[in-house]
Parts: sequence; C-alpha cells; structure tokens
Amino acid sequence: MSLEYTSSEMMTVTAARALENGTTCFVGIGLPSEAANLARLTHAPDVVLIYESGTLQTKPDILPLSIGDGELCESALTTVAVPEMFRYWLQGGKVNVGFLGTAQIDRFANLNTTLIGDYKAPKVRLPGGGGAPEIATNAGEVFITLKHSKRAFVKDVDFVTTLGFGRDGKGRDNVPNIGKGPTRVITDLCVMKPDPDTKELVVVSLHPGVNREDVMEATGWEIRFADQLESTPEPSEKELEILRELKARTERAHTGE
Amino acid sequence: MAEFLSLHDAVARYVQDSATVAMEGFTHLIPFAAGHEVIRQQKRDLTLIRMTPDIIYDQLIGAGCAKKVIFSWGGNPGVGSLHRLRDAVEKGWPHKVEILEHSHAAMACAFEAGAAGLPMAVFRGYIGSELPSVNDQIKFIECPFTGERLAAVPSVRPDVSIVHAQRADRQGNVLVEGIVGVQKEAILAAKHSIVTVEEIVDDLKAHPNACVIPGWAISAIAVAEKGALPSYTHGYYGRSNRFYKEWDAIARDRDTFTQWLDENVFKGVQNHAGENV
Repeated sequence: MSLEYTSSEMMTVTAARALENGTTCFVGIGLPSEAANLARLTHAPDVVLIYESGTLQTKPDILPLSIGDGELCESALTTVAVPEMFRYWLQGGKVNVGFLGTAQIDRFANLNTTLIGDYKAPKVRLPGGGGAPEIATNAGEVFITLKHSKRAFVKDVDFVTTLGFGRDGKGRDNVPNIGKGPTRVITDLCVMKPDPDTKELVVVSLHPGVNREDVMEATGWEIRFADQLESTPEPSEKELEILRELKARTERAHTGE
Repeated sequence: MAEFLSLHDAVARYVQDSATVAMEGFTHLIPFAAGHEVIRQQKRDLTLIRMTPDIIYDQLIGAGCAKKVIFSWGGNPGVGSLHRLRDAVEKGWPHKVEILEHSHAAMACAFEAGAAGLPMAVFRGYIGSELPSVNDQIKFIECPFTGERLAAVPSVRPDVSIVHAQRADRQGNVLVEGIVGVQKEAILAAKHSIVTVEEIVDDLKAHPNACVIPGWAISAIAVAEKGALPSYTHGYYGRSNRFYKEWDAIARDRDTFTQWLDENVFKGVQNHAGENV
C-alpha cells in the first residue's frame, strides 16, 4: 500500500513522532508547533505544550499564527507572565524538549535566526533570537525541524544565534547546568543526529523515495551518512487525515475573520 | 493616583522627543492606538524598547519616530519580516536606526529587574550564542556562591511605558487578563506610564490573584476602544490575523506604506486599527 503525501507532510509526521507521550515540550512557532500539535492529536495526548507567550499546557484546536494567539491562552491550563515562563518553567528545568525551527543551521547544529551576511552590513536581516538561545540550552534536549536546502544547511552559519554544539563541536563540553542540545534534526528529506563524538550531524534515516544524492545536493557541507542508514516509516492514513484536518481548520480560521 | 486623560493629552505630556519608551504586550494587547498617537504627534529620536517589535514598531520606525530599537524578536509573527525595520537597518530609510538585540529570556528578566528596582538582571543565558559579541550590554558574571558563570544585562528602566488593558475602574486600577506578557513589569519599571483601556467600569470584578495594577502605580489612563487592533484584547475582540498577513504587502514598499500611514493614521483618527473598511 502506498499513500499519497507531500514531503512537507512526511516531515511534519516524522517530527511529530519524535515527541513521546508525556513529554513537556517548549514549542517554537511554525513547523515545530504544527508537529507538536499533530503529536498531541495522535500518539501523544498527554504531551504538555508550552509556548513562550506564557501559555502552559495548551491544547489549541487550530494552529496559532503567532506565538500569542488567543487560542493558545483560551485552551491552556494556565497562562503565566513571560518572565515567569522563562525563569521558572524553562530555566528552572521543567522542560524536557525544546522544539525549534531556524533559518540557517550548520554541521554542528548551531542555529542562525539573526542575519545573512555581515552583522554591520547585513544582506538579509532576520527576526533575531526570540526564545531560542535559552530554550536550546535550558531544555533537556532539542529537536529541530526545517526544510532541507543548501541555503539553510550551511557548513558554518553566518551568526550563531543559538548554540547547537558550537563552531568546533565542543560548545557544551564542561558547561554546568546545560541540556544535551540538539538530538535530532528532521527535514523533508531525512532525519539527522549528531555524531556521539564529534557532534557533527549525520543522516540516520532517509525518507521514502529520497536517496543520498538528494540530501548531498541540498546540504552545504560534505554530509555523512550513518553506517546503518534507516528508512523513515511512512505516515499512516490516520496521521495524514488528522494533519490535513488541522491545517484546513487553521486556514479557515486565519482567513475567515 | 492615575489621571484620566485623553490619549492625545497623555502622549503629549509623557512621551517627549528622545525619550526611552516601552510599548509592551506580548502579541496580545499591543497598544496600537497609543502608537498611532505617537506617530501623529511626530515624536522623534525615541529609543523604542519592546520584546517583539511587531507591526506597531514597524509603523513607528517607518514614520521616522525611532532612533534606536531594543528588542529580542523583530518579525511579523507567523508571516515574515518587518519590512520597515529591515529597510531602516539595511538601507537607512527614512533614516538609519540603531539596534540592540537580546534574547527573550534576557529582556523578560531585564523588565522584571527594572520593576524590582535593581540595576541588572542575572540569568542562565546566552551560552554559546554570538549575541554578546554584537551587544556590549551583555556581560557574564560569576556566581559568588557556586562560581557558575551567568549572564547579566542591565535592567530596563524606560522613561515611559505604554500598555493596553481590558478595563480600569474609576479609581484608575487596571485589570489585565489573558496573555499578560511583561506589561506589569513594564509599568513598574518606568518613570511614567500610560495605560489605554477598552472601557472604564464601576467594578473590575477581579478574582484575588488577577493581574491588577493599582491606579497609584500608573501615571495616566486613557480610553481607547479597540485600542489593540489589529492585535487583540482577550474577552473583547480577536486578533486580525488577516491584517497581519496584509501588512506584509503594505510595508514592503515605501510608497504603499507612506500612503497607508497617511490614510489610516494621520487622517483616519477613528480608524486607528488599520482595519479594512
């Protein structure tokens, strides 16, 4: 049996599956939010979703456009002030997984959401750090999801907004009170994990229909593949159905007002 | 004791040229009406502080009010870039704007420290980030008890903070509900403060732990109905996600932006929400 699905759906479903039931997850807006809510609506009904706007244990029926949509507050167990969110809940060590997107990522999973080019004379000015710099270091571990392209996957990011493993892969060594950092990167082509020793990202699983060349072509460094390269399981019919309903509901809500 | 003023008079009195101004509201309760009043009064050389500059600072920057912007995430949430901010930073239009950027954790802590009357905030942050190399206001200190290296940033102490809230009672006490962001901290950290509200009521009907800011801690209250649109006011009206999407096209082009500003801010005093009417 082969279902029809897009590479974006493959990415979201794979990212959702990474989130175990019962996990407490600090969710970034966009793709991470889509994946985290798909997880909650499928295999992980007890996942606790936290957004930096202060909404704790939220269960939105539609995906928020912004990090502070009313839907997040209305469906939350409680809403706390933003300083409390960052100080008690994140810095206090209550978050298992930080789920982030990014504009640029390098081979050591450092993230750049600040700018392309030189800081003093940027070619493209990006939004900036937001919650990511501290989510990435204070959460137990970090999942990252974004579309695969040579522009996004670069050997060295133009600017390290948010620590993966540093420019030499040793950025977390001997730092007290810091999380494990990125443990997986989920794209529309594959899943990557950091090498246990060097911390360089390695492809561990290819999505159905994707070959090594596709990944090499979309990656800005000589990407390595795990010796035991796996094939990512396809989305199930149920996952696709729930994801499509979620996106349709969201689209209606965001254009209908 | 808060004074009840018109929005015009509140802005005229408390927002001076060259002032440091924080207009807060974390995606929710963004004080757009007040921001538009600042634009109409053509305030200049402001240092604008805000965690998420959002469309409101895009408008202030494009209108030429800003000298410097201190922020932690400068995008149009869920849509993309703030084109006026980018144009000012990348191309210097309408003039060059200086930026100082932080992370959310840093700014949230800095507002809290400001409210607490402290000179700085200490937190576990910026580890491995290159932001400290471009922002000299980020330092590291050693914990005197454990020796742990921690980040330190100066507290935020604005000349004036402006926030929007659901309602005030006749004594000027204000109730803030929903996503409360750093509004209370912004008010308490500032020398002066303006709160715009949807309405004035006899009784706030607040439960014991509600976020209530006492009238004696606020300088001025001004009624601004729908004063947060296209952002939203929990319990009153929703966020115009449609307008946030439309803003992308309006702000992308200098002429389109200028025309929008003329029609909706300078002429359209009633239509401060920027709604399509």
